[in-house]
Amino acid sequence: MIVDTRTPDPKKFIKGATGDWEIVIGMEVHAQVSAKAKLFSGASAEFGGEPNDHVSLVDAAMPGMLPVINGFCVEQAVRTGLGLKAEINRYSVFDRKNYFYPDLPQGYQISQYKQPVVGEGTETIDMPDEGRVEVGIERLHLEQDAGKSMHDQHPSMSFVDLNRSGCALMEIVSKPDMRSADEAKAYVSKLRTIMRYLGTCDGNMEQGSLRADINVSVREPGGEFGTRCEIKNVNSIRFMGQAIEYEARRQIGILEDGGTVDQETRLFDARSGETRSMRSKEEAHDYRYFPDPDLLPLQIDEAMIDDIKASLPELPDEKKARLIASYSLSDYDADILIGEQASADFFELVAKGRDGKAAANWVINELFGRLNKEGRGISDSPVSADQLGAIVDLIDEGTISGKIAKELFEIVWQEGGDPRAIVEDRGMKQVTDTGAIEAAIDEIIAANAEKAEQVKDKPNMIGWFVGQVMKSTGGKANPQAVNQILRDKLGVE
Amino acid sequence: MSVDQTTVRRIAQLARIKVKDEDLPALEGELNVILDWIEMLNEVDIDGVEPMTAVVETSMKKRKDEISDGAMPDSIMANAPASDDHFFVVPKVVE
Repeated sequence: MIVDTRTPDPKKFIKGATGDWEIVIGMEVHAQVSAKAKLFSGASAEFGGEPNDHVSLVDAAMPGMLPVINGFCVEQAVRTGLGLKAEINRYSVFDRKNYFYPDLPQGYQISQYKQPVVGEGTETIDMPDEGRVEVGIERLHLEQDAGKSMHDQHPSMSFVDLNRSGCALMEIVSKPDMRSADEAKAYVSKLRTIMRYLGTCDGNMEQGSLRADINVSVREPGGEFGTRCEIKNVNSIRFMGQAIEYEARRQIGILEDGGTVDQETRLFDARSGETRSMRSKEEAHDYRYFPDPDLLPLQIDEAMIDDIKASLPELPDEKKARLIASYSLSDYDADILIGEQASADFFELVAKGRDGKAAANWVINELFGRLNKEGRGISDSPVSADQLGAIVDLIDEGTISGKIAKELFEIVWQEGGDPRAIVEDRGMKQVTDTGAIEAAIDEIIAANAEKAEQVKDKPNMIGWFVGQVMKSTGGKANPQAVNQILRDKLGVE
Repeated sequence: MSVDQTTVRRIAQLARIKVKDEDLPALEGELNVILDWIEMLNEVDIDGVEPMTAVVETSMKKRKDEISDGAMPDSIMANAPASDDHFFVVPKVVE
């Protein structure tokens, strides 16, 4: 029974010709388990490799071979389940899902059907305009990945590489709780973040470690659920958004023309941005699941669950709440910082013993901005947390101005070194010596007597004087001091 | 439970076994005899009996997460009807 957990929100409705429509989305995410070896064999689960090199006789389904489960993959599934606050099933069963395809040498996929290892859970997503949204998790089960077929090597033949065959996948099925493409994108991206925190899936979408089947249907707001179509194997978050938007429009078009939506499987074509039917597979959808006689039921004891619970890291939601509470960060800044564990760790090193907001500002705006521009990750940042912290200290002490700090950041980025020593060596210290500032101001007033008269009537012109003083002092004069002395000397209130 | 010829054809197709039309009546008969025989199991009362998964009490053996196999593409390809540069080569299958 499908329960509608959401209240229809007009902001998310799609305008059609006959009225408003609401999209209903559910997802099946396939996440490759981070592990050295495959789910049922000792062959390497590493991405790539020479063709058919990461393949054992089990993965190639040679007669007489028997699967033996990788205990660590089971732990990873349980860990992910705990991260999704889900029920862990102490008893689950592996089944055979039967179908023929050249990259599936067994003729069946070992999967879990009626009794998955993980049951119901929840994932919370934060949407900018609507706040916190709970997306229900229906289940998580373990299964084997298939091999890879290549169709572009030969005019009439396909090439098959079984390196991926038998790698462990977690299929994570959501409830149909999402109501817009943005929510669906946020759901996948949060799921990816959680799994990266847990270390259970690297989330590398280019390598296919994370891909989603998306179930989309439309209905009159708050009405009965419509007929859904399943868009297979979308492997980028941006494409997921495009596929959902296109598919919803397509279904609305059909319904408004008085037609009915056929329940079918569709493919997303990234080049055209459209989805198209893959009808040929429909006929074969008779998987004849049955328990795999080669495998005993999977039993999970309390000790294992307790051990994993004890080793769970601080998860994104908890980290966000803590960062906001301890460093008075905005929701927005906290969201950016928790996106990657390494980012949050870096921030906390910079923020330790300093003003949290100033630290967040430097980490997010200057450092992340610069890293993004150069396409680098936090792990190969040329500026360390200590260096960035020293820059923040120098501003805080009034040793350098914000403007000089940006120059200093650039020097540290390019050349490295101790920011404090650089400031000393290169004479970048802010001039707080009022005598020196006064001398510079006197000089400028003397050279611009006319403007100095005008400023009495037009107080806004003081900005021009500040600019001149900063210029003549190479940006090192303390702006507050300059402002104050100028006002006194020019007689501006 | 019994099967008709349409079902027999469907089962054959799902199993990728080519069955000639003239063989369908015989197969239908054979399969129904087997099904009838299995139907006998329904006479046993299994209310409240847990499904048995093994004859002795045992739990599933687990392997360690170590690479202990693979790296033998020549052996993997040894029986392949067609191959090229350690790829299996099959008639084109494309959506």
